[in-house]
Amino acid sequence: MADSNDQPTRRDFIHVASVSAAALGAACIAWPLIDQLNPAADTLALSTTEFDVSGVQEGMSVSVVWRGKPVFVRHRTKAEIEEAAAAELSDLPDPQTDADRAPRPEILVLLGVCTHLGCVPLGQKATDPKGEWGGWFCPCHGSHYDTSGRIRKGPAPTNLVIPPYKYISDNVIKIG
Amino acid sequence: MSGPKLTNPVVRWIDHRLPVFTFLHHEMHEYPTPKNLNYWWNFGSLAGITLVIMIVTGIILSMHYTAHVDHAFQSVERIMRDVNYGWLIRYIHANGASFFFIVVYIHIFRGLYYGSYKAPRELLWMLGVVILLLMMATAFMGYVLPWGQMSFWGATVITNLFSAIPLVGESIVTLLWGGFSVDNPTLNRFFSLHYLLPFVIVGVVVLHIIALHRFGSNNPLGIDVRGDQDTISFHPYYTVKDMFGLSVFLTIMAAVVFFLPNSMGHPDNYIPANPMVTPAHIVPEWYFLPFYAILRAVPDKLLGVLAMFAAIAVLFVLPWLDRSPVRSASFRPIYKIMFWVFLLDCVALTYLGAMPAEGIYVVLSRLCTVYYFFHFIVLLPALSIFETPRSLPRSIGKPVLGGGNGIPAPAPAAAREKP
Repeated sequence: MADSNDQPTRRDFIHVASVSAAALGAACIAWPLIDQLNPAADTLALSTTEFDVSGVQEGMSVSVVWRGKPVFVRHRTKAEIEEAAAAELSDLPDPQTDADRAPRPEILVLLGVCTHLGCVPLGQKATDPKGEWGGWFCPCHGSHYDTSGRIRKGPAPTNLVIPPYKYISDNVIKIG
Repeated sequence: MSGPKLTNPVVRWIDHRLPVFTFLHHEMHEYPTPKNLNYWWNFGSLAGITLVIMIVTGIILSMHYTAHVDHAFQSVERIMRDVNYGWLIRYIHANGASFFFIVVYIHIFRGLYYGSYKAPRELLWMLGVVILLLMMATAFMGYVLPWGQMSFWGATVITNLFSAIPLVGESIVTLLWGGFSVDNPTLNRFFSLHYLLPFVIVGVVVLHIIALHRFGSNNPLGIDVRGDQDTISFHPYYTVKDMFGLSVFLTIMAAVVFFLPNSMGHPDNYIPANPMVTPAHIVPEWYFLPFYAILRAVPDKLLGVLAMFAAIAVLFVLPWLDRSPVRSASFRPIYKIMFWVFLLDCVALTYLGAMPAEGIYVVLSRLCTVYYFFHFIVLLPALSIFETPRSLPRSIGKPVLGGGNGIPAPAPAAAREKP
């Protein structure tokens, strides 16, 4: 019954074509089943937050909610700014200058999520431990951040993330 | 082996068309089982019964639970305070998870001691490792559902493990969360999967049992069954032994459920989830602690995550790492000692996982992590070559019935290679 010569037959073509069509169809229907896991439109719609930084006094830190996560807004003291600026880049695991991280040096805006495994670092309250570099300290696995939110010691691989934000007036920032 | 004698005509009518009675008789009644099994062989059936307890209590709990971030914590408190016997059912379910892991860990270490993973039972062992992985995923997602502080931050830390994957890590984490943080979409899908996975476990357990019944149980001597004189029927001999073990197990479990119901939980999980504040000291449930210790022992994020997954993955290839032809540790003088050292190492990792990641604990975690992998990757292959096993009994019946003239054990590979 089988044709014993090695030439592809019309039947081979039908097999390959139908299996290919079925595979393509399966891939097309698989994507909606996976993509439904991604953030929905209403979740994406909540992705910006506005905040007036003038209410934050010098030396004070405020946590703002953005995308369900805390954003740290710290009004840094002169000493803290100098300390952050004085750090040698060669001492930093993830080298970045303070000027790059805080365009307006007194107002530092950071995503308050440890870059290790996502805990919220301590250091927002006056009574919190602030780590060995006076910035933030993550209690989960012991990462120390400096006054610019840069990683100095511990398992976190990178500095605290600067969320995308801009000043939409003199004192109001729009995060996201 | 003959089929069952079915006297009831209705049963006979059904069995002729749908041979369930013949099947059950064959697999659970006459099923020939080595006659020398000790009490460590109780833990397989105990695990199966615990799975049933978990599914029954879980289905009941889901009738009263609300999977929404605004209502989850309250609905669990309502189960505890207002639903008739809700406290009992929830405490059985919560402590049942811990007991499930206790039983399964003992079952696994029994397999390690008596070499139950060796040929021809490699697939049986690997299916068991799949069950362990599914149990871990199910337990993790179940712990998130009460939406307390430990639920939330446990979910955050574990899902963030995937962010260690280069390039696509962050996208995968967003996909898992369904948002920009652990939130309502995460809770909903975890509830859905927590309901699904136990039934997947049931499916793999069926495969596990099919693979088991292919060659039958291993036994404390680790030698093959040589005939009918070495076996007894499963019922009534092992059903009754399993029932006795079950009653001891249920007594201990009831004691914990009624008198120490929160002893294996964490008090912070009675604080509603707060995405703005991480608890000062977060720890996973006790059954994850050894793996958590391995994660924290490695100073690099990606390598730490890889080491943690490798700690389980290595179990899959165990049948090919331990090449010794002798199964039971009773006849392997060096392996017998190393088994206990390994068990001690796992207990130490469990302890270290609960301690803060600083000072001496970090050093000890690293030593224990190195030893964990040393045991599998270096020690077991080396022992298969250099260890000289004791001589094996001729059959299971011999040591019992007398005249235990041993046959020389298969020589280790090093000796065999010599001309």
